[in-house]
Amino acid sequence: MSQYVLRRLLIAVPSLLGISLVLFIVLALAPGDPFSELATNPNVPPEVAAALRAKFGLDDPIYLRYLHWITAMLHGDWGFSFVSRMNVDTLILQRLPTTLYVIGSAQLLALMIAIPVGVYAATRPYSIFDQIANTLAFIGFSLPTFFTGLLFILVFSITLDWLPFVYTTDIKATGFRWVIEQVRQAIMPVMVLALFQAASMTRFVRSAMLDVVRLDYVTTARAKGLGQARVIVKHAMRNAMIPVVTLVALQMPAVFGGAIVTEQIFRIPGIGSLLISSILSNDTPVVMAVTFVFACLVVLFNLIADVLYGWLDPRISLR
Amino acid sequence: MAGLTLASPSAERRPAWSPWRETWRRYRRHKLAVVSAVLLFVLIAAVVFGPFVWRVSINDIDFNARLEGPSLAHPFGTDDLGQDILARMIYGGRISLAVGLAAMAVSVIIGTLIGALAGMSRGALGHALMWLTDLFLSLPQLPLLLLLIYLFRDGLKAAFGPEGGVFILIVLVIGGLRWMPVARLVRAQFLSLREKDFVEAARALGASPLRQVVRHILPNALGPVIIAGTIDVAAAIIAESTLSFLGLGFPPDVPTWGRLLFDAKDFLDIAAHWALFPGGAIFVAVVAINFIGDGMRDALDARRVI
Repeated sequence: MSQYVLRRLLIAVPSLLGISLVLFIVLALAPGDPFSELATNPNVPPEVAAALRAKFGLDDPIYLRYLHWITAMLHGDWGFSFVSRMNVDTLILQRLPTTLYVIGSAQLLALMIAIPVGVYAATRPYSIFDQIANTLAFIGFSLPTFFTGLLFILVFSITLDWLPFVYTTDIKATGFRWVIEQVRQAIMPVMVLALFQAASMTRFVRSAMLDVVRLDYVTTARAKGLGQARVIVKHAMRNAMIPVVTLVALQMPAVFGGAIVTEQIFRIPGIGSLLISSILSNDTPVVMAVTFVFACLVVLFNLIADVLYGWLDPRISLR
Repeated sequence: MAGLTLASPSAERRPAWSPWRETWRRYRRHKLAVVSAVLLFVLIAAVVFGPFVWRVSINDIDFNARLEGPSLAHPFGTDDLGQDILARMIYGGRISLAVGLAAMAVSVIIGTLIGALAGMSRGALGHALMWLTDLFLSLPQLPLLLLLIYLFRDGLKAAFGPEGGVFILIVLVIGGLRWMPVARLVRAQFLSLREKDFVEAARALGASPLRQVVRHILPNALGPVIIAGTIDVAAAIIAESTLSFLGLGFPPDVPTWGRLLFDAKDFLDIAAHWALFPGGAIFVAVVAINFIGDGMRDALDARRVI
C-alpha cells in the first residue's frame, strides 16, 4: 500500500509541473508587457528601462524565465498584490479556508443525497421512483449554478425572508448565536453547490449499483437467505462505491467552477471571488497564483481519490 | 452527420429498413427527447426569425417604462433603462446558441484529430497525446477560462472589434478546453476498429492510412462523437453564460442571456422577471439539448436494447 501511495505521488508531480508549464506559457504568450509603460514614458531613459528589463530577466529565453518562476513559486515567493498591498500567499491563505469549508460541506451534503437516492433507484430500476429521480437529476445538472443561486435568493431571502443572502466574516454575535448565524448564512451557497453535484453523483451511483447488483456474488448472498437491506448495504454498495470515488474526483474541476460562481453570487470571501475581483482590477500576480492554487487542489483531490481507490479495492494497489 | 450515411451505403437500396429509420425509431421511444427536440427547434426558430416578427430595438431607452413587469407592450417586461427584454433576449439568444454550436465544432474537431492520431499511432505519439489529454482533464476549467480571457481579451478586441474578437476568443477557449472526452472516445473506438476485418481488408487492398481512417474507421466511430458533441453544446452554452454572468464575457452592450442575468441580479427584489426570463431560457435550452443527447444515446448505441 505505501508503495502504491508513493507511486501515485510520483505521478502527481509531473502533472503539477505540466499544469504550471501550461499556465506559464499562457502568460508568456499573452500580449502586453509589464514594462510597456516604461518604454513609452519620456521621463525614463531607454538605458534605465533596458537595465530594469535585464534585472528582472524579461529578455531571458523562455525556459530560463520558467525556471525562475517555478523556483520562486516553490520557495513560497508568490509575488505581491498591487491592489490589496500584501503578499499573495498570505492573501490566499486568508481566503482558502472559507472556500474549502463551503466546497467540503457541499460535497458531503451531495453525497448524503446522492448515495441513498442512487442506491434506492438502482434496486428498483425503471420504477416510478427511479424515473422521477432520473428526471430530477437530469434537470439538476442542466440548471446552471448561477441561476439556481439567484432563484434561491429570490425564494428564501426576498420572498420568504428566511436566510441572509450576503455572507459576512464578522458576525456580531458570540457563542451559540455565532454558530447559528454561521450555519444560516452558509445554507444557501452550500445547497446550490450540493444540489448541482448531487444531480450528477446520483447518476454515477445508480449506474455503478446497477452494474454490481447483477453480479453472481450478490445472487449468492440472496440465496444464502440474507435480507434485502443487508445484501444491498453490506455486499453490493461496498463494491459499487469504488468507481464512484474516481468519478467524484473527476468532477472536482467542475466543483471549483461552481464554487467561483456561488462565491460571486453570495459574496463569500473565498479564493473564487478573489480571482474575479483581481481579474477585474488587473492584479496579475493574484490571478496567476489563484489559478495555480485551483490546479493544485484538483491534482490533490485526484491523488486522494487514487489513494482511496487503492484502499477500497486492494487489487489495484497490488498491481 | 453526413459521415454516417457513408457507413450505410445500403440506405438507398433497402428503403424498407434503413439504419436511419431504425435510428429514428429508437430515438422516438425517448418521449422527453422528442419533446426536447421540438422545444429546441422552437427556441432556434424564435431567435432566428424573432427580429422579423418582434420589431422592437434592443437599445430603445424609455425612462417612463423602467423595470416594468410583463405587459402587452413588453411581453417579458423591461430593464432598468426601460429596454425591452424580449428583444434583448432574442438578440442574446442568437449569440448564446451560436457560441454553443461553434465551441462544440471546435472541441469535436480538435478531439477527433487528437483521438484519431492517438488511436492510429502504435508508438510514443499515442502515449504522449493521451498524457496531454489527461493533463488537460485535470486543469481547472473555469479559472483557466477566466485567466485566458483576462490575458487575451484586449489583443483580440483590437484585432477583430469588440464583439467579433470576444466571440472568437470565447469559442476558441471553451472549445479548446472541452475536447478531451471526445478525444478519449475517438481513441477507444479507433483502437478496436483498426483491428477489425473490414479495415484489414481495406489495408490489404492497398488503402492508404488516411483513406482507411476517413472512409472506413471514422464513419463507424461517429456515434459516440455525435452524442458527446450534443452534450458539448449544452456545456458550452453554460460556460458562456457563466462568463457573461461573472461580467467577463461579452461587452456590456451585447445582451447575451448570461449578461442579462448579470445585469438583473442587483434588481432581484423589485424586478424578478428580468432575471427569470433569461435564466429560464438558458435552462430550457440546456435541458433540451441534454435530453436530445440522451435520446441520441438510445438511438445510436446499437448494443442497447430498447
